[in-house]
Amino acid sequence: MGILDSKAPSGPLADKWTKHKNEIDLVNPANKRNIDVIVVGTGLAGGSAAATLAELGYNVKTFCYQDSPRRAHSIAAQGGVNAAKNYQGDGDSVYRLFYDTIKGGDYRSREANVYRLAEVSTNIIDQCVAQGVPFAREYGGLLDNRSFGGVLVSRTFYAKGQTGQQLLLGAYAAMNRQIQRGKIKSYTRHEMLDLVLVDGKARGIIARNLVTGEIERHSAHAVVLATGGYGNLFFLSTYCMGANVMAAWRAHRRGAYFANPCFTQIHPTCIPVSGDHQSKLTLMSESLRNDGRIWVPKRLEDAQAIREGKLKPTQLAEEERDYYLERRYPAFGNLVPRDVASRAAKERCDAGFGVNKTGEAVYLDFASAIMRYGKEKALTSGMKDPDEKTIRQLGEEVVEAKYGNLFQMYEKIVDENPYKTPMKIYPAVHYTMGGLWVDYNLQTTIPGCYAAGEANFSDHGANRLGASALMQGLADGYFVLPYTIGDYLSDDIRTGPISTDSPEFEEAEVAVRDRIQKLMSGRGIHSVDYYHKKLGKIMWNKCGMSRNAKELKEAIKEIAELRKDFWENVKIPGTLDSKNQELEKAGRVADFLELGELFAKDALERNESCGGHFREEYQTKEGEALRDDENFKFVSAWEYVGDPSASKLHKEDLVYENIELKTRSYK
Amino acid sequence: MKLYLKIWRQKDANSKGAMVDYTLNGVESDMSFLEMLDILNEELISKGEEPVEFDHDCREGICGTCSLMINGRPHGPDSRITVCQLHMRSFNDGDEIVIEPWRATAFPVIKDLIVDRTAFDRIQQAGGYISVNTSGRPVDANAIPIEKDMADKSFNAATCIGCGACVAACKNASAMLFTSAKVSQFALLPQGQVEAAERVQNMVRQMDLEGFGNCTNTGACEVECPKGISLENIARMNREYLSASVKG
Repeated sequence: MGILDSKAPSGPLADKWTKHKNEIDLVNPANKRNIDVIVVGTGLAGGSAAATLAELGYNVKTFCYQDSPRRAHSIAAQGGVNAAKNYQGDGDSVYRLFYDTIKGGDYRSREANVYRLAEVSTNIIDQCVAQGVPFAREYGGLLDNRSFGGVLVSRTFYAKGQTGQQLLLGAYAAMNRQIQRGKIKSYTRHEMLDLVLVDGKARGIIARNLVTGEIERHSAHAVVLATGGYGNLFFLSTYCMGANVMAAWRAHRRGAYFANPCFTQIHPTCIPVSGDHQSKLTLMSESLRNDGRIWVPKRLEDAQAIREGKLKPTQLAEEERDYYLERRYPAFGNLVPRDVASRAAKERCDAGFGVNKTGEAVYLDFASAIMRYGKEKALTSGMKDPDEKTIRQLGEEVVEAKYGNLFQMYEKIVDENPYKTPMKIYPAVHYTMGGLWVDYNLQTTIPGCYAAGEANFSDHGANRLGASALMQGLADGYFVLPYTIGDYLSDDIRTGPISTDSPEFEEAEVAVRDRIQKLMSGRGIHSVDYYHKKLGKIMWNKCGMSRNAKELKEAIKEIAELRKDFWENVKIPGTLDSKNQELEKAGRVADFLELGELFAKDALERNESCGGHFREEYQTKEGEALRDDENFKFVSAWEYVGDPSASKLHKEDLVYENIELKTRSYK
Repeated sequence: MKLYLKIWRQKDANSKGAMVDYTLNGVESDMSFLEMLDILNEELISKGEEPVEFDHDCREGICGTCSLMINGRPHGPDSRITVCQLHMRSFNDGDEIVIEPWRATAFPVIKDLIVDRTAFDRIQQAGGYISVNTSGRPVDANAIPIEKDMADKSFNAATCIGCGACVAACKNASAMLFTSAKVSQFALLPQGQVEAAERVQNMVRQMDLEGFGNCTNTGACEVECPKGISLENIARMNREYLSASVKG
């Protein structure tokens, strides 16, 4: 077992980043023109990194599997982006954002990284406004804010329910400017299939042109992986259909350690599963918990009557409802962090209080918010004595202005009007805190291979707070990586172009071709989706919202068996030298079948409950997570050795110099 | 329910395509349209046939990837949604459903129902941005107050998802609604003023170069736009273009 060095700078917390920037090596502008950087993934982290690197003068190549960089799944983020601007004057500060993030992550993230994240958060808002991102504004013309879970201030900037879209289109626009200048070459409908190492350094990738099937070699002096998270290993999730772990997993197999794979976020407010045919789940933004109240019936017989369609939720009086989050966590109420809210929903549903046919749904109710806003609007409009109908109508208008697109999305999927009857929601896989291990410079354990955004593990510990994913993606891409990478590239100013004719590129290309051939040679009857769904079931049932040693051991065994079956039998029609979506999916699922096993192993060996990782054996009498700081205050970084369940553990001890470790409480 | 599907099949960009008939049983009303196609594809794979390829990704109506012409309408019969948000409750047992790719010279077919929309990217590259360096330290965000109404209008224009339904709906395959949405987003903001003239001229030039048709103000684009991007944007772009031309 090795010990990992985070390379976090010494000195006072607030000075670390400035000190580090002053001390790292720089590359002069003329030399930057001789240095190539590959960026894989063009979401918030990849798009913003590519744009900034190109602007600094590096030659950038970007790769994405989508038909345009604008389609990366960052676009689907709804609620907002955090920044410690303290525009509301409600006591926010860089320190408070830092503290909330560490606490929200259940004390499993690195202090220096999180402080830097909070520090640069304010630059993000300035930058995006300068770029023309149309954030929501107040009538006075200044930026508006709202609240998210796990915090007691309003620091979330937003653009209705489409914040991710607006921020991504901002990064995409910044990329476009550099594409037009010839500083970025954008490869769309391309997928990275392997990382190429020359003399132990990341020097390029093997990619497949998804339209023609051609296998291509691309070289660079450094490779940035900004390829998002791996939640699709659960099959059903709020991720886009194409989201995958391939780039990160290929890098892992080449020597990059994979950190905390079992730290997964299950988001409390998603539209419940409706049937076996379902291909994905849809999130209803956490911002809805600003105004929505979560409840189930108090009496079991009422829950049963609702499930059977004999009773409507609107028929239940206030005292017949159990607002269980407000009851259990009076200080934070409906705005507890995601892991806490998800487990609480599962607890009520497991106890028989679920409110849809499958018994796996709770209510998110806007009735009281509609009436509250309606009254306020009536007063500010100068109405003297408005009737209930007018108040309701005014209130619905206010709620529509805030969440209109989310309500419309809900209605289209469920065929119920959420203005009139409460939404039904249930937790679903949404984000992965784990990812490639990176040091303070965002470099993986492979020199020259960097990871940014959700693809790395660094900032969110065991649970991410709402509106922090957009913040981290843009912080990494705009303000951190473009500078830290210079420290590494300063050694490369005399290297010259990297040839793709080396034995290392040859070996990697042959390996990729062999793998594709092997995938295409399956002789069985089942499609890729069949295996993916089976894997998803194992993950959800045995590695989901609560875990125990017995089931995790079973999962490890079952996934290994499923992987063997997959490689022998998966059926892929079509050819390898043309557009072939089944082949694309197969490559991704093959990697999920390895990651799944490591995930279960990681969960099995972390004998504590923290954040999104809840082990049934480790809980308090009240059913809250029981952390073990004495034995598990470390990052688990796994080294690939050939078989996922034999992976070798390396630890990065988490040192808290500024924050006192406490039991997380939202009561 | 049982459905009779007529689907455009085309091997690649250089091959000739044709409509192919499929009969599909066991479709449920709470399935999404794309989940219905998933089921068809599972059947085709089990029979050893090649599945129907179609573009899709987020399946929640925001990425703009999905792009199907259903019974002659972009994104199908329902309004203000993308195909991935369309549910089978919009159809009846025994219906015939015709599924085609977007049809436009500037969007060549890649395979089956997948088209190449990189022309849209090139229009954006021609000027769809504000030239500020990401590595700099711009002024504080609240130093630029923006009237809420203008910010909201700019936001509405900015919600375009670049799916191409506007082009598919237009008899001339014009990209005016798409291009004008980005021009409007910046034209409505103080940050966008500096490069306004250059932006509109460059974007319109690129749009014409890509082979999109002319706008004849029929408004079909606005009707079919899943995000409700307004025709007002086209009017605004025309004004911007005219004033840029006068300024020279």
